Amino acid sequence: MQQIIYFFQKFKYFLFFLFLEFIALTLIFNNLNFHKSKFINSANAITGGFYTKLANTSEYLHLKEDNQHLSEENKHLKNLLEQHKIVSSKDSIAIDSTLFFQKSVYSQAKIINNNYSKPFNFLTINKGKNQGVDKEMAIVNHKGIIGITESTSNNYTRVQSILNLNSEINARLKGKTSYYGTLKWDSKDYNIVQLHDIPRQAPLKIGDTIETGGKSTIFPEGIPIGSILKINQGNTAENKVDIQLFNDMSNLRYVYVVKNLDKIEIKSLENGTNE
Amino acid sequence: MNKRINQILLFFFLFLLQVLLLNNINFLGNINPYLYIAFIFLFPLNENRFTFLFISFLLGLFIDFFSDSGGIHAFSTLFIAYFRLSFVRIYFRKNPADYPFFNLHQESFGKVFIYVSTLTVIHHLIYFSFANFSFHNISMVLINTLNTSVFTLILYFLATSVFTKSE
Repeated sequence: MQQIIYFFQKFKYFLFFLFLEFIALTLIFNNLNFHKSKFINSANAITGGFYTKLANTSEYLHLKEDNQHLSEENKHLKNLLEQHKIVSSKDSIAIDSTLFFQKSVYSQAKIINNNYSKPFNFLTINKGKNQGVDKEMAIVNHKGIIGITESTSNNYTRVQSILNLNSEINARLKGKTSYYGTLKWDSKDYNIVQLHDIPRQAPLKIGDTIETGGKSTIFPEGIPIGSILKINQGNTAENKVDIQLFNDMSNLRYVYVVKNLDKIEIKSLENGTNE
Repeated sequence: MNKRINQILLFFFLFLLQVLLLNNINFLGNINPYLYIAFIFLFPLNENRFTFLFISFLLGLFIDFFSDSGGIHAFSTLFIAYFRLSFVRIYFRKNPADYPFFNLHQESFGKVFIYVSTLTVIHHLIYFSFANFSFHNISMVLINTLNTSVFTLILYFLATSVFTKSE
């Protein structure tokens, strides 16, 4: 008994050190797990409030640029609207049947904290459970995809950026063919992501556009991602294509949260068939 | 009492500086100096180490909260906080009786430089190994460690030369 007490006396600092290191290690491992990252993240009231204040003060510096983006997007959307306008005579009732097939709802949010220089990057946005944001929703902006919501607090949400080694997103070649692959990031350059496992027979050309494939319940179909920068020649084991992102991930402010309206139905169907 | 307040102020000053300013520098793409570890060098040596270990852990944890890195900062900061004494013993040849009078500014620059850079490199190496979390690109870890250490050390010595009173 005395020896045990002596042992604790002698190594008390070391044991305390080990204890704290163990806590830190647990937090590190939990943080890397998409479904367990609850404790240490920037989506809580204190850090969220801090970053909101910071974002509010720095936002004035970018007003001109943001207005430019908005007007560009408006132009793009107006052109899209113009293509779908049908000239109808006044005495017939126009029924917009596409409304019944609405798949997703967009809501806007602001990025208050952005990381892009680490292997596992996260963003924080200023909308949370109170505003209807839940986990596993898509975050996009007018140029392309940004990430997937991961954990939410009442007013803030942490987003797993596409610049995260854990991120895997279904993507396809834009055009008539629908060859698809998985979008990952190798943590080297924040402007370049990699498209894996795209079939060899897919007609790839440098400069072709890559968009989301719509094979997941998170991202809607056809949101732009980037253009092909480099194609691996020869017979390598992995068929990997470098993609230059349309988004400048180091310079993001306003984003849209996309909610998939069919998600619950699709999930319950998939779970039902698995049983 | 006055010293206590100074230490608390130093804690919050370094923490806010790191979170609000230094985490957003991204020099040459991805180099952020981690100057907050200056707290480990500047905190006075003491026989009772529980408070010191706990405060260093807390400092790391606070920074983790803001930079979404799990517990990586907490782990690496606590590590150098624990092994600080062994390096003081090796480089400055002090024994426990000297601890209350130990002051980093009164030691020769060469010794201080070796001491500070050893701890900085250890901290950064642990940090980047965990941040990468694979053996896949060890060269990236080493390059990042080297670049960031140089940046942190330059900032640290610049800051200490500016803020210490010349006698």
